[in-house]
Amino acid sequence: MKIHLNGASLDTEHNDLAALVAALGHEADKVATAIDGLFVARSARAQTPLREGCAIEILAPMEGG
Amino acid sequence: MTPEKAVPNEALNLYGSKFTSRFLIGSAQYPSPAILLDAIAASRADIVTVSLRREAGKGGGKGTGKESAGQQFWSLIQQSGARLLPNTAGCKTVKEAVNTAHMARELFATPWLKLEVIGEDDTLQPDVFGLVEAARILCAEGFQVFPYTTDDLVVADKLLAAGCEVLMPWGSPIGSGRGLNNPFALKALRAHFPDTTLIVDAGIGLPSQAAQAMELGYDAILLNTAVAKAGDPVAMASAFAQAIEAGHTAFNAGAIEARDMACPSTPVLGSPFWHGTGGA
Repeated sequence: MKIHLNGASLDTEHNDLAALVAALGHEADKVATAIDGLFVARSARAQTPLREGCAIEILAPMEGG
Repeated sequence: MTPEKAVPNEALNLYGSKFTSRFLIGSAQYPSPAILLDAIAASRADIVTVSLRREAGKGGGKGTGKESAGQQFWSLIQQSGARLLPNTAGCKTVKEAVNTAHMARELFATPWLKLEVIGEDDTLQPDVFGLVEAARILCAEGFQVFPYTTDDLVVADKLLAAGCEVLMPWGSPIGSGRGLNNPFALKALRAHFPDTTLIVDAGIGLPSQAAQAMELGYDAILLNTAVAKAGDPVAMASAFAQAIEAGHTAFNAGAIEARDMACPSTPVLGSPFWHGTGGA
């Protein structure tokens, strides 16, 4: 299915957010996630299905003011 | 060389945590990671602001020996030993800010949040209506909110009613280096909320401006650009640390009132002959 990952289009075979995060090579506790603008807690990723056209955000720490 | 630290008048209280330093420093825009760490050390700040960004498509992953950009920054900032204050920079709606806050809380494992809801691109002025609403939601959800706000008294009152225990009014627009655009309003805010922790956040360009805010009785200063973009960020961090301490000590010492007329500082009683009544 086609999804949006951090603003870019992506084809994925994965059915849930935890699987996608792992497949992308991220350690589960080193990123934060949201789907369609709503925060998804680390513990809820495996129960969060991916849907055609959904917008996933995967965020990491960065510098800030 | 840094000078001897002035004796702290009392600790800075942020949601029940006590800190010696009254300087909160941002972590963005430094020439290099090493200079960032040196600047934090020179600032003697206990608290550093951080943010979130989209992680690149492929993480390094465990055991690959390659860290993603996010993890590199995470490792670096851990070395500073500072307490982290994540922000919601770039958020323009309540929904964005609230969801970013939750992501930050999970990632940085802290209830602290510098809440920004930006309402206008040119001035990066806070959308105070969205700010109050987001603050209400987040305080109810257990966040300890540090709202980036204007110097408006009524907004400040509503932020306190929402559950904020710290307010962070701007000095002037973010990154402008203009200093305190409206000292009168900042003074009024201080007078109205004598027991609230007030931090001037944004717009400070010079140590003298930071000292001015502290002389008004502000509890702390948060700044980033003035240090990060200075010719020598490490030296500038030290200069700000000294100015903030000086301003705070001066406030507690009690300044004299300004007056229009001169007033001799040397006692006139017992003045020698040249002050005498000669001729009279």
